Amino acid sequence: MRTTTKQKIAFSVLFLSTLMVILPVVFVLGTIIKNGWQGISWEFLTSMPRDGMRQGGIYPAIVGTVYLVSLSIVFSLPIGVMAAIYLNEYARDNLLTRLIRLAIVNLAGVSSVVYGLFGLALFVTFMKFGVSILSGALTLAIMNLPVIITASRESLANVPYQFREVSLSLGLSRWQTIRHSVLPFAIPGILTGAILSLARAAGETAPILFTVAAFYLPKLPASIFDQAMALPYHLYIISTQIPNIAVKTRYATAMVLVGISFTMNIFAVIIRSRLRKKKKW
Amino acid sequence: MVTQTASKIIVKQLSIWFGKVQALKELSLQIHSSEILSVIGPANSGKTSFLRQLNRLNELEANFRVSGEVLLDGEDIQKLSPEILRKNVGMIFALPQVLPMSIYDNVSYGPRMHGIKNRGVLDGIVEESLEASFLWDEVKQRLKESATKLSGGQQQRLCISRTLALRPEVILFDEPCSGLDPVSTAKVEESMLKLKENYTIILVTNNTKQAARVGDRSAFFLMGELIEFDKTQKIFTAPADKRTEEYILGKFG
Repeated sequence: MRTTTKQKIAFSVLFLSTLMVILPVVFVLGTIIKNGWQGISWEFLTSMPRDGMRQGGIYPAIVGTVYLVSLSIVFSLPIGVMAAIYLNEYARDNLLTRLIRLAIVNLAGVSSVVYGLFGLALFVTFMKFGVSILSGALTLAIMNLPVIITASRESLANVPYQFREVSLSLGLSRWQTIRHSVLPFAIPGILTGAILSLARAAGETAPILFTVAAFYLPKLPASIFDQAMALPYHLYIISTQIPNIAVKTRYATAMVLVGISFTMNIFAVIIRSRLRKKKKW
Repeated sequence: MVTQTASKIIVKQLSIWFGKVQALKELSLQIHSSEILSVIGPANSGKTSFLRQLNRLNELEANFRVSGEVLLDGEDIQKLSPEILRKNVGMIFALPQVLPMSIYDNVSYGPRMHGIKNRGVLDGIVEESLEASFLWDEVKQRLKESATKLSGGQQQRLCISRTLALRPEVILFDEPCSGLDPVSTAKVEESMLKLKENYTIILVTNNTKQAARVGDRSAFFLMGELIEFDKTQKIFTAPADKRTEEYILGKFG
């Protein structure tokens, strides 16, 4: 009897903890949707802001975020995957590689505003890219590198060691082995990691604060050397800097931002499950 | 390859270390063409290290060291590129290691990676290789299906086909039947006996009965040393060394 009571208590505590995890998600989403969904319209999504951003839409901010995120992945994915391949497939365990691993873990823990400051110093000032999409994308790319490297390394390490042995025993070179017998099976995990890191990049404010974000720029950027508006920064501005702005506009903006992240996450899940089915072992 | 050697493989004073542990101690032996050499011995006797030296898989380990020589057709294997060596010295692993792709793609994997693109040529290689491991009749209707759906025994024979597709000269079997049921084992042994007409086969096995069934000659390893090496019949009926006898009779190991 006493054991069953204990068991019941344990189960209840565990269940409540799980519930505590879901509750904030439900609550956050609920608040955003409840307050924001009336603000969403075709016009809101596709027109320029007007009247000091109190009217009109958030089109340039959406476009800016899409540009930033796409450009950042162009930099971070190849470098991240190649570094992961080197670390997982080639590097032997020595002081240097241990230092590199330590650096990656530490990079992942650096706060995003520090990345912003770093981007300002390196890309904006030193490399003279100015406050531009290029600077912002590079800053986001560096912020995402540790995430992509870690996710890629994990998916490479999950490919059974025997695939490599079989491949080498068939007379393939080490590079052929990696290229044809390991990498194809790690792709689903790598892509998932990449997309999740993108979703994070899309939502970060601090790294783009000094490097790209324009306060108010009611036109689309013409090149990667232009400034651009971006959703998270725009949301920050309309929530704190602009008086007399409709609540639904703020929440609608938040809804779009959350919606973009959500869509990306769902994409990640779909891609993973589809590729996993094809490359199952 | 000017030197005419009667033996396919000559091993001279081969020692292998992994870190401080010596896995193989000054091993010397010769392996003839078209024979099956069975290597038996308890765990840690160095038999797998020996086998993996013949296609230089040992050197993947970080702390591996080797001394002595292995000659393949009179040529030092350390002087060959590992890719060419491994193409000529194929290996079948203990557990069937099919790649998660179709049966056809598994068999044609090696040839494709070595540059054969012609579909007709590949088709021919696939059929021939599957025939040689007695798998063709079972799978010819479903070459496009995933190899992972085959039974364990079929998968192991598929691995044999995959190795044969490279037309090697030597095939190394590393306890190839340890995960198989008796029927599948019999089929794998049958294909080995058939293959020895054209290939030199080295079989490492924990199953002494299997060594007795298929080996022309047998080598008994113990603690990294070659204890006895003779005709299989001699080893199993009148072993010269007491330790060989005890192992075969199942007194240790």
